[in-house]
Amino acid sequence: MFKLRKYLANYRKESIIGPLFKLLEACFELLVPLVMARIVDVGIRQGDVPYIAKMCAVMVAFGILGLACSFTAQYFAAKAATGFGTAVRNDLFDHIQNFSYTELDTIGTSTLVTRLTSDINQTQAGINLLLRLFLRSPFIVVGAVIMAFTVNAHLAWIFVVLVPVLSVVIYGIMMVTIPLYKKVQNRLDVVLRLTRESLAGARVVRAFSRQEDEIRRFHEESGLLMNTQLLVGKISALLNPATYIIINAATILVLWLGGKTVYFGELTQGELMALINYMSQILIALVALANLIVSATKASASAARINDVFAAKSGMEEGKRETGDPGAEWKVCFDHVDFAYKGSKNALTDIHMQVKKGQTVGIIGGTGAGKSSVVNLIPRFYDAASGRVLVDGVDVRDYTFRGLRGKIGIVPQNAMLFAGTIRENMRWGKKDATDKEIYRALEIAQAREFVDGKPEGLDTLILQGGKNLSGGQRQRLTIARALVGEPEILILDDSASALDFATDARLRRAIASQTRGMTMFVVSQRAASLMHADQILVLDDGRQVGLGTHSELLKDCGVYREICMSQLSEEELGR
Amino acid sequence: MKNKKIYGRILGLIKPYLHLVILSLLLAVVSVVLTLYAPVLSGRGIDLILGKGQVDFEGLWPVLVRLALVAAMTAVAQWLMNLCNNKITYHVVRDIRTQAFERLEELPLCYIDSNQYGEIISKVVTDVDQFSDGLLLGFSQLFTGIITILGTLGFMLSINVAVTVFVVVMTPLSLFVAAFIAKRTFSMFKAQSEARAEMTGLVDEMVGNQKTVQAFSYEKEAGQRFREINEKLRASSLKAIFFSSLTNPSTRFVNNLVSTGVAVFGAFLAIRGRITVGQLSCFVSYANQYTKPFNEISGVATEFQNAVVCAGRVFGLIDEKPQEPDGPSAIDLGEVDGSVKLENVAFSYRKDTPLITDLNLDVKPGQRIAIVGPTGCGKTTIINLLMRFYDADEGRILVSGHSVRDVTRDSLRRNYGMVLQETWLKAGTVAENIAYGRPQASREEIIQAAKEAHAHGFISRMPEGYDTKITESGGNLSQGQKQLLCIARVMLCLPPMLILDEATSSIDTRTEIRIQKAFARMMQERTSFIVAHRLSTIREADVILVMKDGHIIEQGSHEELLEKGGFYAELYNSQFAVSV
Repeated sequence: MFKLRKYLANYRKESIIGPLFKLLEACFELLVPLVMARIVDVGIRQGDVPYIAKMCAVMVAFGILGLACSFTAQYFAAKAATGFGTAVRNDLFDHIQNFSYTELDTIGTSTLVTRLTSDINQTQAGINLLLRLFLRSPFIVVGAVIMAFTVNAHLAWIFVVLVPVLSVVIYGIMMVTIPLYKKVQNRLDVVLRLTRESLAGARVVRAFSRQEDEIRRFHEESGLLMNTQLLVGKISALLNPATYIIINAATILVLWLGGKTVYFGELTQGELMALINYMSQILIALVALANLIVSATKASASAARINDVFAAKSGMEEGKRETGDPGAEWKVCFDHVDFAYKGSKNALTDIHMQVKKGQTVGIIGGTGAGKSSVVNLIPRFYDAASGRVLVDGVDVRDYTFRGLRGKIGIVPQNAMLFAGTIRENMRWGKKDATDKEIYRALEIAQAREFVDGKPEGLDTLILQGGKNLSGGQRQRLTIARALVGEPEILILDDSASALDFATDARLRRAIASQTRGMTMFVVSQRAASLMHADQILVLDDGRQVGLGTHSELLKDCGVYREICMSQLSEEELGR
Repeated sequence: MKNKKIYGRILGLIKPYLHLVILSLLLAVVSVVLTLYAPVLSGRGIDLILGKGQVDFEGLWPVLVRLALVAAMTAVAQWLMNLCNNKITYHVVRDIRTQAFERLEELPLCYIDSNQYGEIISKVVTDVDQFSDGLLLGFSQLFTGIITILGTLGFMLSINVAVTVFVVVMTPLSLFVAAFIAKRTFSMFKAQSEARAEMTGLVDEMVGNQKTVQAFSYEKEAGQRFREINEKLRASSLKAIFFSSLTNPSTRFVNNLVSTGVAVFGAFLAIRGRITVGQLSCFVSYANQYTKPFNEISGVATEFQNAVVCAGRVFGLIDEKPQEPDGPSAIDLGEVDGSVKLENVAFSYRKDTPLITDLNLDVKPGQRIAIVGPTGCGKTTIINLLMRFYDADEGRILVSGHSVRDVTRDSLRRNYGMVLQETWLKAGTVAENIAYGRPQASREEIIQAAKEAHAHGFISRMPEGYDTKITESGGNLSQGQKQLLCIARVMLCLPPMLILDEATSSIDTRTEIRIQKAFARMMQERTSFIVAHRLSTIREADVILVMKDGHIIEQGSHEELLEKGGFYAELYNSQFAVSV
């Protein structure tokens, strides 16, 4: 958690004032037993009613001052904590924006979401608690011991022994239970996983008639969870009784030894009472501290998860160039490119291909052959391991991300739309696109018809993830989105898989006829989708096994021929 | 569900542990009474220590011994009470969770299909957890709280009536302050949770789809939107946290006022000799203990209310109507000959929009049936009906001459091998997943099945081969690899009938051809139903059913249908129609 303390820097004033006022409040609290002692020793002993009234007024005054201090402390602590949370959140969000695909792959976006939300909330709550209470409890303990010394030095040594004994007991119990709490959390995760599995796999479980086994498995796991919970419960339930016994033992000691001291006239009855009161103040403070430590451990676990994300640095340096070389011969050029995903063997080996402006390139190959990897290198989602990828004659690593990706329109494999209107979604491709431009893109993407069919047209609201649209509609909208900006390069990464054949064919025709000058990369498993491309890149296990037109490849490339034979009829092969 | 009914259900769940509840109550009484007795003893001790030369050591000694005994007994009683409470709570939680899960396995698929997984999961996991927290708190604090209030009142009355009355009169003040603040903060918390929800929504969308965000260079805009919401969240959080944190000091202040009052009032009485100093010290401590449960109970009450709401949601799940159980006369289907007959079948997911109407089909043993048609035409629905994931609204489905309603679901499903487009794998090893349908299969059989599904190659390349752990939902496998494992899973069972719903959609065509050869071997003498997008997959079928809007509009072999020049021919040609 301490690594994140720099985010409190802007709230240095608040994070000092908060605890300070809390300590002031504690001081007033520590004075109360002394006042009580005076009431007993002076007021009651001498029957001095005005004195009692005066002392009482003092106590009320202390109470009001304490309350005022407390309010001040709460305010500054809350201000510092929320300021802290906000600053961490902003920074973490920006940090994540800078991740390259490699970091996103290794960390995983769903866990980034939890870290950005619940982990930061948890840490924020922890900071708030720390600022308010962390100093207070030890302060009360130490203060009570000191006050005990001012009352009577001979008896105060009981306190000096008591505090370490209590601390050891509390610390010991915490040390045993905290790892067990983590175990409980892990077991709960298993229960969660089993539930999710049995929902997602309902059909398979039933098809294989394994319901009974699933239930048995669940029963076992929830039994294990229960046993762990019981074990933790058993140990943590020791905390209160143990501290209670120790405090009472100390009280007995104070009474016995105090009795002797009073007998010799070195202590008054009221002072004895004050000592016992301090004893119970210590007890309350320590129990509060124990609860605090539990929350603090939770918060620091969250803080550690946040730090993990901060520790992951983007492996990519952004370049400086905004534009390419206007005189370049090739629009896109792969120059003997090798590529590997982090921690695995080469996904692409020696890809070499040159593409002229306006050409269409088809990329085909088996599952895991590296088709998507090739197109992901063009917008520099990943960096090549060796070799270069050039766009407009300039290495993609020399461009700014905006400069490079502004040239490119991408339709990813899984069609992802965002909550908002259709118009807002379309403007992702071009911030200031007019309705006319949007409609043109929708037309090409074969989406105009169904958008017009909606009563609200472009203002139709799309739910998060596009849940209120069918798979095919989503896919057509993502294609339109990529087309809105009239990109120089269009990448269709297996983008038509959810479309039926007729729509797919119409789409291809529209793109071919209406987007002249656009360089296009089409990844597909259907040979028919790309047999008319200017060049077809055939991949097999990350290797480039063929590059040429349909008819050239049919003649020379065994892999391509095999793919086509499996999909097309004789006469289509000849076309 | 009415709250009253929920309480009844909760009590029903607790009933098996009634002996523990009674024990816990007894222990609570013991520990509270002893806890309250301790100040009396130390007060008595103080009274025996009056001043110089005025200490009654002979009287003090037994008091101290008694105090030691009381403390020891209190500690033991407290610990045992906590153990009882834990035991009750966690057992009840396990029971309710298992009940919910068992119901999950019995629910009709339409429930699972039409509800979001996240919601159901949160019922089984989060809601039950919240319920358990509330229940534990209820047991440990509500009981002791109430007993403490009653106990302190009793003890105080036994010492002095006037001071007790004073304390009781002051009580509502503290409650009033707490309620006042709680009311003010409620709307602030609401604002905070709204801002939080908005933020989670944005984060979920933007970070969840970070790749798309970057692809469109949308980072700056996303950051801007994030900052706006973050600022809103900061403002609302500050208010909510600050105002809610006022409760504690305020009630403490009120309590301090009460004890000050007690001190003054008591002191006056002490001057007149009506009570002793020891009793006064005892009173101050009681006044504190008496007010504390009031503050806690209001917190516990909200927590407990929340727990009841959560329990209500879980009960709602448990009370969902399960699928109609197999009839008492349902027989085990046993081995089938592979004939399937659909007679006048009608079905719809929603009553107001008919989907399948009057569907007839006669499949002879060993036939290969392909089902094609545009999205949403009812292809997958037929499979849902064949497997009896859903029951037909009208008409009959006969397998081997038996109506599927007259046989047990398990025996019907055992006769089908099913591979779906959505690949589902369990967290576990590769071998466990392949053997899912036949857990007792030997390693050799598993490897053989994997070989037939052309999965052996990539499995052997994995770090631990067949013992490689598959992470949740198969994150470490590609979609195609997952599909191969699902195929191997069916290959191992070799059931007499097959259902392939887009089973090879994520596998490249060359591997697909090899798998299809394996399927073809399997399909010999096996009745099989194939749903596919790729017409190349379908050509070999004995009968092709062309579906549109829930009807079979064409039926025949590939050649027959092409010749007919109908919808199928149009579909088929459109696959290859490219602008020329």
